[in-house]
Amino acid sequence: MASTAKTIEPIISAAWGKPQSWTLDSYRKRGGYEALKKALQLEPAAIIDEVKKSNLRGRGGAGFPTGLKWSFVPKDSPKPKYLAVNGDESEPGTFKDRYILEDDPHMMLEGIAIAAYALGVHTCYVYLRGEFKFPAERTQAAIDEAYKAGIFGKTVLGKDFELNCYLVRGAGAYICGEETALLESLEGKKGWPRLKPPFPAVVGLFGCPTVVNNVETLASVPAVFQQGADAYAKLGTDKSGGTRLVCLSGTVNRPGVYEVSMFTTLAELIYDDKYGRGMPAGRKVKAVIPGGSSAPVLGADELDVAMEFEALKVKQTMAGSGGVIVMDDATCMVRSLWRVARFYAEESCGQCTPCREGTPWQTRLLRKIEEGRGEPGDIDMLSNVASSIAPYPPIGLGNTICALGDAAALPTHSFLMRFRDEFEAHIREHRCPFGDKPWGSFGDWS
Amino acid sequence: MAEPLFTSEEQKKFDAGIAEIISHYPPDRKSAGMLPALRLLQEIKGWLPPEGLRLVAKHLEVTPERAMEVASFYVMYHLKKPGKYVIDVCTNLSCSLWGAEKMLAYLEEKLGLKAGEANEKFTLRETECLASCGTAPCLQINEDHHESLTQAKLDAILARLS
Ligand SMILES: Cc1cc2nc3c(=O)[nH]c(=O)nc-3n(C[C@H](O)[C@H](O)[C@H](O)COP(=O)(O)O)c2cc1C
Ligand code: SF4
Ligand code: FES
Repeated sequence: MASTAKTIEPIISAAWGKPQSWTLDSYRKRGGYEALKKALQLEPAAIIDEVKKSNLRGRGGAGFPTGLKWSFVPKDSPKPKYLAVNGDESEPGTFKDRYILEDDPHMMLEGIAIAAYALGVHTCYVYLRGEFKFPAERTQAAIDEAYKAGIFGKTVLGKDFELNCYLVRGAGAYICGEETALLESLEGKKGWPRLKPPFPAVVGLFGCPTVVNNVETLASVPAVFQQGADAYAKLGTDKSGGTRLVCLSGTVNRPGVYEVSMFTTLAELIYDDKYGRGMPAGRKVKAVIPGGSSAPVLGADELDVAMEFEALKVKQTMAGSGGVIVMDDATCMVRSLWRVARFYAEESCGQCTPCREGTPWQTRLLRKIEEGRGEPGDIDMLSNVASSIAPYPPIGLGNTICALGDAAALPTHSFLMRFRDEFEAHIREHRCPFGDKPWGSFGDWS
Repeated sequence: MAEPLFTSEEQKKFDAGIAEIISHYPPDRKSAGMLPALRLLQEIKGWLPPEGLRLVAKHLEVTPERAMEVASFYVMYHLKKPGKYVIDVCTNLSCSLWGAEKMLAYLEEKLGLKAGEANEKFTLRETECLASCGTAPCLQINEDHHESLTQAKLDAILARLS
């Protein structure tokens, strides 16, 4: 497909790939920290109102309205308040925050400073997944620059407001991306999610009010003040302002992170010359996961949908973390689901019975079917196991402490709904119909 | 007498590191520094020896059991001395679609190790999504990230490991 998708002015990704884009100098030359100056002239409550008006929604997975989340922090609490930045980025198919941290960390730091001032936060922790060595180096260097330039420290750009910002690296645990597990981890513990409520905005880090926001969410904040909240809101839909990053991977000609409008469809992302440039020769789309591996899968005839929270909700799936994974017609759906199920079994923290027992059970059943040992009844069993963790539809009926349970059950439900015949074929033929090439043999290693 | 845990150089690095870590948290919340402190110890020693865990616990004013509990929860901490090079290969969905399983099989053959095994020089492991799915397949060697791997590229990387 030639380029027909509406062109947008990139905001978050504008400087990526340019020389020294990660330095303060480069950021300032592009108007960096001017938004912070504007925000510092406002009352904190007015900043929160602007963010509400901008319709900015969280980019970490749940799409929660950012201004509304900020407004839940009690104003009269005698306790200190905290900001925790979620840079755990471990949902399979998601790799956008890495680009922000590596190529333009100051954009996130400016968002942090604006958020902190609005919330009355004097300490911010930036939590990055442990594997992010290079992103952490770039981010730490940017934090150091920001201290030297008087953006962090005793005053913020001359304003009498102390703000400290510390980088913390995790140590390899997907569950620490869940906001309350992240807080436990920041408190120096294993990442066991907490029962909600209370929500972190009221009882968070060290028992104090805490806002947890994703890296991209905070990196989006400066644009709200640079362009104005109304202009930012207008870029998007009624309920979702601005632009967003999506991560395209799997069987497609040009995988990568692309900044798109809230109206860009999955089909445009996959086929448009500006983005994925279509499928490899001879391949057709079979399935697309639209929002990280936990988002219910869509079939090839369902791609005319905008990659936006509400639009995908109508399809009973989610925009999630923006991880779009394309699987072609040479890919085995049982094998794909088995790999996804194994991930969630591996990463379950083990606190809740349905998740602890159900995730390995799903994995065993899928392995059995894929290896040609499946029996009639296994598919219903698989469906029952998934339902015992979280029934579907709709999304969000989980029986567990945290949404990892839902994340593990939704792929199973949706793969079975759309590709049941492939599961049945495995059982009928006592083998994988794709033989020894369940992954479609694509790329250099085929 | 047992060999001391640290050389004097290492001791200096550890003491300075711990002081810095503790300064990032409220005075009554020293234990919050657990993950950074364990990382510091592992950076110095290459793994988390038991006497090191006890030392971290002492500095953070928690029990050694607590330090052990945290250390065993996270996969990046080594409770046993690993090979000189720890190779973590992502085989999650997007990477598998670009041949990650074949790449892993190639590595197993070449290193004479199965995933999950180690020798003096190498520890080979299968790992989960490394947030690099657009440049699949990928792997990390001692936390250094390598992406868009072809066989030729991988051979060149391995040849540099002495
Ligand atoms: C199992 C699980 C893993 C998650 N992983 C991440 C993650 O890696 N990064 C992230 O920003 N949010 C992640 N989230 C969502 C967070 O809990 C939280 O909603 C988010 O950080 C809030 O930020 P936002 O409002 O800016 O989106 C995860 C949620 C769950 C249930
Ligand atoms: S749902 Fe799973 S990961 Fe979440 S708290 Fe329960 S056992 Fe842990
Ligand atoms: S699936 Fe391998 S990096 Fe994401």
